[in-house]
Amino acid sequence: MAWVNAIIQGILIGGLYALFACGLSLMFGVMKVVNLAHGDLAIIGGYIAVGVIAVTHIPVLWSFVIVVPLMALLGYVLQRTVIQASLDRSILTTLLVTFGLSVVIENGLLEFINADSHSLGVGNAIITSSFSIGSQITIAYLLLLIFVVAVVVLLGLQYFLSMSKYGRLIRAVADDKEAAQLSGVDYRHVFGIAAAIAFGTVALAGIAYGMYSQFSPTTGTDTILLFAFAAVVIGGLGSLWGTLVGGVVLGVAQQIGAQINQSDQLLAGYIVFLAVLALRPQGLVARRAQS
Amino acid sequence: MSVATETTARSVEKYRVTRSRRNVAWTGLGALVVVVVLALFPYIVYSGTTSIMVQAFIVLILASMWNMLAGYAGLVSVGQQAFVGLGAYFVLILNIHSISMFTALPVAAVGCGVASLPMWWLVSRLRSGYFAIATWVLATTVLLIIEKFPSIGGGTGMSLPHAPNISAALLEAETYWIGLAVTVLALVTVYLLLRSRLGLVLTAIRDDEMAARSSGARVGLARMLVFVVAAIGCGAAGALLAISQLIVQPSAVFSVQWTAEMAFAVIIGGLGTIEGPILGTIVYIVLQQTLASYNAWYLIILGLVAMFVALFARRGLWGLVDEHLHIRLFPVGYWLWAPGSSGRRRRDSTEPGRRGISLRRRGRHS
Amino acid sequence: MSEPKGRGDAWTEERGTSDEGRRRPEAPQRRAGQTERAESTALLEVRDLTVHHGQLRALDHISLRVFPGEVYAIIGANGAGKSTLLRTIAGLHQPTEGSIVYDGKDMTKVRPERRATGGIVMVPEGRRLFGSLTVEENLQVGATYARKGPWTIEHVYELFGWMRDRRTQRTAQLSGGEQQSVAIGRALVANPRVLMLDELSLGLAPVVVQRIYAMLPQILATGLTVLLVEQDVSQALRVASHLQCLLEGHTTLEGRPSDVTPEQVEAAYFGLATAAPGGAGSPSQGGSGGMGLSQGGSGGMGPPGRSSGGVWGGRPPEEIQSRGGLGGVVPPEEMEQPLWPGSTPSSRES
Repeated sequence: MAWVNAIIQGILIGGLYALFACGLSLMFGVMKVVNLAHGDLAIIGGYIAVGVIAVTHIPVLWSFVIVVPLMALLGYVLQRTVIQASLDRSILTTLLVTFGLSVVIENGLLEFINADSHSLGVGNAIITSSFSIGSQITIAYLLLLIFVVAVVVLLGLQYFLSMSKYGRLIRAVADDKEAAQLSGVDYRHVFGIAAAIAFGTVALAGIAYGMYSQFSPTTGTDTILLFAFAAVVIGGLGSLWGTLVGGVVLGVAQQIGAQINQSDQLLAGYIVFLAVLALRPQGLVARRAQS
Repeated sequence: MSVATETTARSVEKYRVTRSRRNVAWTGLGALVVVVVLALFPYIVYSGTTSIMVQAFIVLILASMWNMLAGYAGLVSVGQQAFVGLGAYFVLILNIHSISMFTALPVAAVGCGVASLPMWWLVSRLRSGYFAIATWVLATTVLLIIEKFPSIGGGTGMSLPHAPNISAALLEAETYWIGLAVTVLALVTVYLLLRSRLGLVLTAIRDDEMAARSSGARVGLARMLVFVVAAIGCGAAGALLAISQLIVQPSAVFSVQWTAEMAFAVIIGGLGTIEGPILGTIVYIVLQQTLASYNAWYLIILGLVAMFVALFARRGLWGLVDEHLHIRLFPVGYWLWAPGSSGRRRRDSTEPGRRGISLRRRGRHS
Repeated sequence: MSEPKGRGDAWTEERGTSDEGRRRPEAPQRRAGQTERAESTALLEVRDLTVHHGQLRALDHISLRVFPGEVYAIIGANGAGKSTLLRTIAGLHQPTEGSIVYDGKDMTKVRPERRATGGIVMVPEGRRLFGSLTVEENLQVGATYARKGPWTIEHVYELFGWMRDRRTQRTAQLSGGEQQSVAIGRALVANPRVLMLDELSLGLAPVVVQRIYAMLPQILATGLTVLLVEQDVSQALRVASHLQCLLEGHTTLEGRPSDVTPEQVEAAYFGLATAAPGGAGSPSQGGSGGMGLSQGGSGGMGPPGRSSGGVWGGRPPEEIQSRGGLGGVVPPEEMEQPLWPGSTPSSRES
């Protein structure tokens, strides 16, 4: 039964991993940019939340309302300036610049704050508790809530992409940005929107992670970036549901690994990632035909 | 008279193709002098300086490897620390079995080359951005696996049990000379590799992969070769690291900071040029020494400068030098001389018959 | 088919498309760029445009003028620079020299999407639909930043009868001809003033191509002007009201389809040194239905040279050879009923 518990925990945390991943996947799908600073920016959101709470003493849940839109705006600005400038040079340049950004952010945080871990805590007694099913399965309300939020956000994103005007423009620009220009669409603006969504979701996920666990300056890469990437590869590119599947598989693999040996949690996840890369590189979820 | 007739007449005379405009023997001689001077360092400078030089050697080797990967083969790897760590651990393992650490170095390098083959198989199908993160994941995986073995120090690391039983000064000097030798070997190897057919293939791939494939260039093979050579080089650097520190700690040798350092050095010095890594390493060492007491600052500044250079001065410091002085110390390109032309005119000469067209084999910096 | 709107009376009269036939009081002098069209204001004007692809000069001092309501066809072999010209007008390439003037305003530095919202909309070569979007979504994207005008998605469905039923299908699954229709529809819903069509016929069966070009009158009826690039010369001649031939980046022929002979077109298209007089005796100077015929590039061996002749390109009049006589020397049976109302066959003697 402990295994069942492990699997359930894995599924729930997988939702969060999928949330880490959807921004990365979106930016790659739309503008072919792999933002190596993806996770670090989420951590910045976490630190901003810590700061905001420390100053204003608002409840933790309210920090989302402030930080997420702020990070989305930061995403738009960063995309229109730095990332677009790198894109105009080449894909290579975007990798170099975002890598540089990642290193600068991490070391900057190390320098100005410190290497300690922070946790956002939760502040609400109900959420910290958990409920049990049977004797071996314990589910923390917080984790369940995070999973539900993750799925809702992914659903919302899917709906946005398929139904709304900007969702359509994002998909069109992803298919052929030159043709979009010929239809009067300024693709740089659309890229900015996509980046805003990516930064917003990853900030949301980062704060949630900070509530559930704790983060430090290196969490951005150690945890968020690598897990997000693993989730994308396991699930398969091109599909948000693939990303959810990937996140869940990663989470489950980690929890099972932890059952075997506490220190093997991370390794188990990466081994599954490598196995998928070796045996089914297109991912577990069948890809749609891409144009 | 039409151009057509002129061209036909001229084709009868010979066109010359040379590797460089000036006599590269001068550069070779200069390099030799530098190497000789460097070799004498342990006799003339304090050991503090030689240990800094060893650090510089490590970064220089790594930088030239990363330059070859990213600047010529277009492979941006953020996981080269895997080979740095593996190189160091090869030395440790061999030393545990009573093999001298100096002897272990070449074995470690080759071992890393072998280890790179399965890694290449795993990540080679990924496109550039995902390739980068995948190498990072691989490096992390290697770290996690190594940490599981307490016999080589587990998570905390271990010092070399059978370090040579000689005086500190002599050890320092020997480490230095080995380091110098490996560095020279690495630079020469990279230079020759890029001057060879492989370099030509890489340029072709960079310019137009489809065309390169259809004219028979073995694209995958070329890239794999570069990856393996880079692994060997980084492994050698890692072995040198172990030798110079006499202790191997997983979090230190597998740190992504190595990639950051080599990448920034290359970008600032000039991506896609042979001289770039040298210049970049100098900048890096100077910065590191100046800001040594300020912890992470040198990395922050280095990172910011690298970002700036990548965006606005893509060819780096060497690019600036090259543009204004038109020097190529280590030419890998070709010059095409129309008959009747001397070597003295610049390439923007418009006089017919006096034109040397440079087909520069510049690396991938744009 | 109704008379296309947007043509000024002066222009129609100048064209002389009535039963008077091709006889003209005098041969217009092409030299100083004065033609019957000079009276109206050009909607779209390209002046001395030079475009490079890296070191290759794709267009060399090209000029043209498109007037409202025209169907202006640019023909030429592969590599002549036709698509480059359209793409530069659309804003996807920056010219090295020259300018593009639209509705009296210089557009040379304007971004492509602004040109599209300003009324210059291109249907690119190879369709370039958004493959993962449905037919309807493709049209919706085209309509996102549309100008005000008669074209709506509904009207496009009416124009292409099959489209409404297939509107939820992904465009990647459509046939070539269907994709071309959707691409045209996507451009139409933006309500352009100048519709640019880049190689509609590419990769499509002739029957399909004809069916698509058959839509042109309905499109023109709503007041559009069309600038098209076409490799299929006979198709272009059938629909065009004005013609320009490019060869290796130069203009080698320019004029009305009714005024050119197949030999002249062939000569201009392939860049033959002289237009063979054929069986019509010695070439006469001037004559009616004057057009500019230049010697063109002689297989690229000669120095490219600057095109003289000011705005119209081509060679000085002393090198012009005209077929003389009636403009419509091409026997009627060789040309199918053209789709452009008022074009020659109706006025030709049979």
